Amino acid sequence: MGEVWTLAEFRHGKLNPVSFELLNRGKSLAQKLNTSIASVVIGYNIKKEDIDELIARGADKVYVVGDKRLENFIVETYARVILRLLDEYNPDIFIAAATTTGRTLMPYIAVKKQTGLTADCTVLDIEEETGNLLQTRPAIGGNILATIKTPNTRPQMATVRPHSTKPLPPDKTRKGEIIYKQFDEEVFTTTTKYVRFIKDKSQQINIQDAKIIVAGGRGLGKAENFKLIEELAELLSGAVGASRDVVDRGWKTYPHQIGLSGKTVSPTLYIAVGISGAIQHIAGMQTSENIIAINKDPDAQIFKIANLGIVGDLNEILPLLIERIKEYKKKEANLNV
Amino acid sequence: MRIIVPIKQVPETSNVKMDPVTGTMVREGVENVVNPLDLYAIETAIRLKEEYGGEIIVVSMGPEKAIDAIKEAIAMGCDDGILLSDKKFAGSDTFATSYVLAKAIKQIGDFDLVICGERATDGDTGQVGPGIASFLDLPLSTFTSQILSVENGKITVKRLVEEGYEEIEMMLPAVLTVVKEISDPRLPTLRGKLKAKRMEIPIWDAQKIGAEGQKIGLKGSPTRVVKIFTPKVTREGEKIIVKDEKTLYQAVDRIMDYLIKKELI
Ligand SMILES: Cc1cc2nc3c(=O)[nH]c(=O)nc-3n(C[C@H](O)[C@H](O)[C@H](O)COP(=O)(O)OP(=O)(O)OC[C@H]3O[C@@H](n4cnc5c(N)ncnc54)[C@H](O)[C@@H]3O)c2cc1C
Ligand SMILES: Nc1ncnc2c1ncn2[C@@H]1O[C@H](COP(=O)(O)O)[C@@H](O)[C@H]1O
Repeated sequence: MGEVWTLAEFRHGKLNPVSFELLNRGKSLAQKLNTSIASVVIGYNIKKEDIDELIARGADKVYVVGDKRLENFIVETYARVILRLLDEYNPDIFIAAATTTGRTLMPYIAVKKQTGLTADCTVLDIEEETGNLLQTRPAIGGNILATIKTPNTRPQMATVRPHSTKPLPPDKTRKGEIIYKQFDEEVFTTTTKYVRFIKDKSQQINIQDAKIIVAGGRGLGKAENFKLIEELAELLSGAVGASRDVVDRGWKTYPHQIGLSGKTVSPTLYIAVGISGAIQHIAGMQTSENIIAINKDPDAQIFKIANLGIVGDLNEILPLLIERIKEYKKKEANLNV
Repeated sequence: MRIIVPIKQVPETSNVKMDPVTGTMVREGVENVVNPLDLYAIETAIRLKEEYGGEIIVVSMGPEKAIDAIKEAIAMGCDDGILLSDKKFAGSDTFATSYVLAKAIKQIGDFDLVICGERATDGDTGQVGPGIASFLDLPLSTFTSQILSVENGKITVKRLVEEGYEEIEMMLPAVLTVVKEISDPRLPTLRGKLKAKRMEIPIWDAQKIGAEGQKIGLKGSPTRVVKIFTPKVTREGEKIIVKDEKTLYQAVDRIMDYLIKKELI
């Protein structure tokens, strides 16, 4: 039985925590298959402590490819590196996160390996009789769930929705094998040039990594009122989301848009304020662990998927809530001195 | 510039209704439309043509009624369309679909750009664009949010990634998938509609594009759908109605409780 592999994303000099979530997913699959779990990490300046962290988070093995020419993500070179590794070690399963990198790299690789790939899975399991990977994902805007398998080709590949599992706590006593690989020039040749990275300053916290998202909709009435959403988000150390209506009106920029034509998120807490809960919005946030909705319309669709719904005017509720959180934080801070 | 835009016809989902009893999608009366996210690809192509001249060819793989989608793209301003239709294509997953589209694109021949939507709203995978690039061995920019320049056989683009944007430069021909931020799709014009109506859309089958039988349709698809089911949509959460000052304070108390109990604060 081949190994279970996860892609560890290494970017701007650090590991993306989503890599630890994948290890937790992969571990339960590897246990069922009685095989080992390995992470592949490629990039530049990958430090020993990063590799150790992957082992502490569950990796039995880590394949490391470090090279200046892998500093930035270019799909052709990254794909070639991974294809070389796949050809040499033949893992049974290979999963990556459904991030912009995973969703670009994995389909590119799957075609070259002539194997199947399932996008944006929320559940992975092993079919008992065959040992095949069962990949469950939402489709048609989250209206249905489909379970998919790749019976005849290997590796079985999937991208996994970020935040759909928790990472394992680190266990520094775990031991793992580290395999450093190097490749010849041919692997790195590309005509594509990475020019630069432009940080989006309006996203203090990256929406797709955020544990908490406070999202505002048209119910806010005007752009200025988004300040309330921003303040609440900041108090909760969360990120700011928006419905498409709000983005179309220019109250918030597109990178904040949640939904069918925006981002898909799955935070621990999603607070929807003045959002009606159109199917296209829900498609992007319904797998959130906890949903709190504030809307003045008691029949708003958003209440159907909310754990806690408040029917009322956001202009009354938000300022009061903000005040209460501030008080609470002050009290906590005093208790801690 | 010669630009190829693969578009997909999908069921209109903006007013998808779920049957409350069976929990399945109500399909009656559901219209078919151009995948909404492909409209941004079409618009991007039209703007490039307006700036640099050239020709836009839309291709769609699907049943005969997908001709409507192609005609809509032509009504918006695309020049030509090709329908890829064959019983043998039925049941294609993203691998097989990418293969068919790549074969058709090769058959079309000379081109500078292939512009895809970010994903189709029915399958929702976003795998076909990168799949086409892989089959054709072309440079690829996914989640493209802006085209910065096209010159000397090179294109420079911005792509939307998790914490901001990446700027990359690629040699043409290249493949792009685009996000909504890149453009505002225009509406079809009356003249465009008339042109589209008169136009004969050629239909290419597996043989015409030289597709190998073992790579297309269900047989050529490495993935299999095992089961389809409806997620539990309702959480049946509690609801608090704010009617006056007292209930307002109760509601805010309840939110605080919730945040504290779930350790979210
Ligand atoms: C192809 C396609 C793709 C789409 N993609 C997306 C997408 O990615 N993301 C997305 O969000 N939408 C998307 N949409 C649009 C979607 O259908 C809705 O139009 C949109 O989500 C509505 O945004 P909203 O909830 O902010 O506005 P509305 O639907 O107008 O809702 C505003 C809500 O605010 C409430 N409200 C008003 N005043 C107050 C107040 N004082 N206090 C409390 N509540 C108040 C109202 O009761 C109402 O429920 C898409 C549509 C299509 C056709
Ligand atoms: N059957 C098809 N015909 C033409 N283009 C398609 C087809 N399926 C997908 N595409 C293109 O690939 C993109 C991504 O689709 P998908 O990978 O299915 O989410 C779409 O936005 C289209 O540009």
